Amino acid sequence: MDRNTALERVSEAAREALPVAERWLAELRRSADAGWSKLLGTDFEDRVAYLRERYASRGGDPFGLDADTAKVAALVCAVFHRAYFRTEVRGLEHVPPGRVLLVANHSGQLPIDAAIIGTSLFLDANPPRVMRAMVDRFTQRLPFVSTFFSRVGQVVGVRENARRLLEMDEVLLVFPEGVRGISKPITRRYQLEPFGLGFMRLALETDTPIVPVSVIGAEEQYISFGNLGWAARALRLPVLPLAPQLLIPGAQLPLPTKYRLEFGEPLRFDGDPDEDDQAIENKVWVVRQTIQAMLKRGLEQRDGVFF
Amino acid sequence: MTLTPQVSTERGGNGSASEGAPRLAVDGPVVITGICGRLGRRLARRLHRVRPVIGLDERPFPDRPKDIEHHQLDIRSNRARDVLRRRDVAAVVHLGVRHDPRPKSPEHHTSNLMGFQRLLDAVHQFGIGKLVLLSTANVYGPRPDNPQFLSEEAPLLGAGAFSDMRDLVELDMLTQSFFWKRPDIETVILRPSHIVGTVRNAPSNYLRLRRVPTLLGFDPMIQLVHQDDVVRAIELSLAPGVRGIFNVAGPPPVPLSQALALLGRATLPVPHSVAKLSVDRMWRWRITSFPAPDLDFIRYVCMVDDRRARQVLGYAPAYDLVQTLKSVDEERW
Repeated sequence: MDRNTALERVSEAAREALPVAERWLAELRRSADAGWSKLLGTDFEDRVAYLRERYASRGGDPFGLDADTAKVAALVCAVFHRAYFRTEVRGLEHVPPGRVLLVANHSGQLPIDAAIIGTSLFLDANPPRVMRAMVDRFTQRLPFVSTFFSRVGQVVGVRENARRLLEMDEVLLVFPEGVRGISKPITRRYQLEPFGLGFMRLALETDTPIVPVSVIGAEEQYISFGNLGWAARALRLPVLPLAPQLLIPGAQLPLPTKYRLEFGEPLRFDGDPDEDDQAIENKVWVVRQTIQAMLKRGLEQRDGVFF
Repeated sequence: MTLTPQVSTERGGNGSASEGAPRLAVDGPVVITGICGRLGRRLARRLHRVRPVIGLDERPFPDRPKDIEHHQLDIRSNRARDVLRRRDVAAVVHLGVRHDPRPKSPEHHTSNLMGFQRLLDAVHQFGIGKLVLLSTANVYGPRPDNPQFLSEEAPLLGAGAFSDMRDLVELDMLTQSFFWKRPDIETVILRPSHIVGTVRNAPSNYLRLRRVPTLLGFDPMIQLVHQDDVVRAIELSLAPGVRGIFNVAGPPPVPLSQALALLGRATLPVPHSVAKLSVDRMWRWRITSFPAPDLDFIRYVCMVDDRRARQVLGYAPAYDLVQTLKSVDEERW
């Protein structure tokens, strides 16, 4: 067989295969589009445009939120929110328009719970909201990380920033348990740690409604058996969980538990923000009990950790 | 309790042992120290149309308007004191702070502080009704734990990382204690964010670079203010009844990268460790005019809340972001 006939045969085969390949490609693109719109909803671009408009009309966000970066972050988070954790969201209608303080239980070693709450407010709420949360000061020393947090609307955790965000009528997420909550070992799952008081003084000062949020599913994403306090101090980290998952190469992804978010009815408090701790503690206790009750109810209703 | 001077538009109580009540003539002469700097000349050209202006500077004042009286003197000299004694001076604007971070002589520190102390003594003794110090927002210092917008009550931590900033912080502090010592004299401290324009200061020089080095992975929000907006803020602070500390800011803040893009500058991102080391070396070999601690200004936020200036002074920036940025490339006169 000479070379020419071989070439002819190949090109003939290619001609026949081309339409088939094209059909496949179109099919693939269609299913990818369907997948994306299932993941993001059909109105994703509208949501981005809505928020872009909101911040542009105020002369830009003073904290450095950038719609394009936030959009990419939302795309990535949407995969986790809709596909990986298959989040079930309830009570979003309880989030009032205007300033609001979301108070949630904190868990799961890595703050994925914050990302999922934020994604839910972006993709599921009507109109979409940008959740602002406060990041630890040490992140500001890290290149790229500090810029990234700023571009997706996260701010340095100081009181003045929190107050300013609420005055700008934003949604602010706080975890009053702080680092104690997120670094709990698996044995103390869904038991709330003591709450800090700062958020209540902030709410009283700025006259902001508090929406309690319960997050179920994050506790099981990383199984931790304890905290290596001395090692964390040596490495200057806030905590160092003893979680085997984080050490096995290639297994760093969280377990695909099913997330359940519930937004409770807004709580409103009156009073003097400078009252002594005892008076503030009584109000904080109400919020803590509300979240604990929501967690208890949610845990009773769920059938399994992964579905 | 905070002891930072608060704003008030009413006159303070009658002063302690003073030689007569302070004069507060609205149209009386204004003494401007450091008048020959670029900002000083702009302020003088603006003020001399409405009230007499007296300049006090070691440098000559080229093409000075005829009606501006200029004394080429060191503010520490007795003759400078005589200038303040003569002619019912109604206000002193102190621009004569040497911001040059590279000490030219051991005298640098003394001239800043001693000179200012003598100026304060004269204001005290001759009962001059108004003292305006042009301080800077840099006294707060760029820090990773700064709130996005610093209020006038924020501590002045600028000297912590950069000891050459100490002069400026001390001047600011001296003025604050003077505020309390003489409540009958209207003392004003202005703390503007990065002043840009034809002035020769670190932020303007930085923005004028053809290829601007930035820190890899850092892109803080920055606040710039046009030189003429600062001039207007000084003018407003000369109004009778105004006293206290005021942050002064320009158009809304933007990320550094966006400001450089608007100016059309090429950037050169450098990792922080490399930048720190090389700037330090270059500074020592006198290749660059930027000291290494200044790198923190392109790493962390150091922005101010100017609400008080807007409410009390009635200040609002007249230049938008693009005009403010482009002003660094304007022809220098």
